[in-house]
Amino acid sequence: MESALVERNEASERALVQRARAGDRRAFGELVTRYMRRAYYAALGLVGSHEDALDLSQEAFARAFRARANLDPDLPFYGYLYQIVRRLCFNFLRDSRTRRVRMEEATPWLMNQAGAKAAASNPARATERSELCALVQAAIERLPEREREVLVLKEFEGLRYREIAELLGIPIGTVMSRLYTARRNLAAELEGVL
Amino acid sequence: MSDREFRSPEERARRLIMASIDGELAGGERGELERLLDEHPALRAEWARFQRVKEVTEAMALRPAPEEVWSDYWASVYSRLERGIGWVLFSLGAIVLLSYGAWAGVKELIADATMPWFLKVSLLALTVGTVVLLVSVVREKVFVGRRQRYKDVER
Repeated sequence: MESALVERNEASERALVQRARAGDRRAFGELVTRYMRRAYYAALGLVGSHEDALDLSQEAFARAFRARANLDPDLPFYGYLYQIVRRLCFNFLRDSRTRRVRMEEATPWLMNQAGAKAAASNPARATERSELCALVQAAIERLPEREREVLVLKEFEGLRYREIAELLGIPIGTVMSRLYTARRNLAAELEGVL
Repeated sequence: MSDREFRSPEERARRLIMASIDGELAGGERGELERLLDEHPALRAEWARFQRVKEVTEAMALRPAPEEVWSDYWASVYSRLERGIGWVLFSLGAIVLLSYGAWAGVKELIADATMPWFLKVSLLALTVGTVVLLVSVVREKVFVGRRQRYKDVER
């Protein structure tokens, strides 16, 4: 039953990609609607700012359409899109001017899922959680971009190792190594609060 | 499994620890990890530290975007596509028109039979190059000015 649904989704995506490849904007619009949230949150995890994640993810879609001749209907559209998203995000982060502005404009992009409930029942605990959230956010922002990427895909997008490896085109062992290094760095940064 | 073969025992232990805290241990790996943790107290301490990191990050989530973002999302992408075509047409049109204007301006000079041909070609190349650079700079200024929300920040 579930595999039939997956097959139907894949077939419909293949048809949309074929139409988008031929320049059909309505079909491309359906692909945008299907993947806009995922692209936005992928960018948010990488750049840590709502406005920039919105701008970069939209730009990624625009570039994907402009380069639609490279779309392969037999491959997942999101894999193609994600490559553009991450390239744009990494370039954005490498821009020294952007880094400077980002430091000045730091905004919260992470939240503690239990924070709202805790705030209602125990304000002191809620403040503690909020501070921890800020510390984790700052520690993640200091990670090298490739480690941060793997950590975000694992922790906030909930992908499995195999899915991360396929998305990034790297071996599973490399995914695990990057995660290890990312978590080791996080552990060092959060030593006082763990 | 071949993808998870490791070069050194330390590397294998690290990756087993990762797989353990992410719930991705394969069949026989759990026993192997337990054995390693029993044999190496330092590894067990590291495993416990990573467990705590996992608990902390697991409790976090990306902050949700305001719902109205999604209703305007495709419209914003669409306008970028339109603008892309607009810029190409604008650039081509501007280059042709400005080149023609410049050409008309230097026509008499070019028509001068006494001027060597290589000077005429150089003059033409210089004129067209200047126009292309001018259009490119204007386009970049307008484009960056529109996108760069922090342009007034002192750098």
